[in-house]
Amino acid sequence: MIELAHFQIVSGALFAVGMYGVLARRSAVLVLMSIELMLNAVNLNLIASAVFIDPSKFTGLIIAIFVITVAAAEVGLALAIVLRLFRSRATINLDEIELMKW
Amino acid sequence: MTWFFFILLSTMTVGGALGVVSTRNVVHAALFLLVSLLAVAGLYVLLLTEFLALVQIFIYGGAIIIVLLFAIMLTRSREYPRISDNGQWPLAAVAALAFFGLLTASFVVNNPGAVERSRVPFATLGRSLFTDWALPFEIASLVLLIALIGAIVIARGEGKRA
Repeated sequence: MIELAHFQIVSGALFAVGMYGVLARRSAVLVLMSIELMLNAVNLNLIASAVFIDPSKFTGLIIAIFVITVAAAEVGLALAIVLRLFRSRATINLDEIELMKW
Repeated sequence: MTWFFFILLSTMTVGGALGVVSTRNVVHAALFLLVSLLAVAGLYVLLLTEFLALVQIFIYGGAIIIVLLFAIMLTRSREYPRISDNGQWPLAAVAALAFFGLLTASFVVNNPGAVERSRVPFATLGRSLFTDWALPFEIASLVLLIALIGAIVIARGEGKRA
């Protein structure tokens, strides 16, 4: 029988892969995609927990809906920033955007 | 049967994610991301939450991938076909593996055992969203509006080039 831990391990793997992407990629768009992977891992974990543990209140499902909303807002804003960066610096390589790095 | 679909969808999810973080081509990365997100929608169906699966397909599969592809198209530069990772990727791999090990250990230790999946009716979910969660729902719509205005203001630039 399929259990909560199976879904949670898949979500953990997804989160770890997204974390690797955020830490290792250089293009800002690819870092954003990795953040999307991490948000999806969180959603999967929330929904699995809601379905297996908390069926009468299903708080996890509601929070997952809000996470999806915030993810949509985040992608729109972040891509606007990426476009602006590309226009002013002609690169979206995160290593070269060092104005505020110490 | 459930196991077959679970294994298939999990492989697609994690495989697509690995494709996103390993491919050298940004457009391929976006398409791998699409595979991964749609497989996650399939996992939501396995969790008996069809509404979330639909939301996942509409918002991620539709909106977010399209916006990402637009951004890739608009920020096209010479380096795009071949994007390299930065120098800290071995460290990142070690950190990600360690974190995965930690998560797996905690999930296995705290496993509640053989609990059956329970189905939340669509109508109950919607009613709860508009009664118990009405205030967060309104705040979410406000967040979306602010993000929309902010994205327009940021992407438009100084005004004289608008």
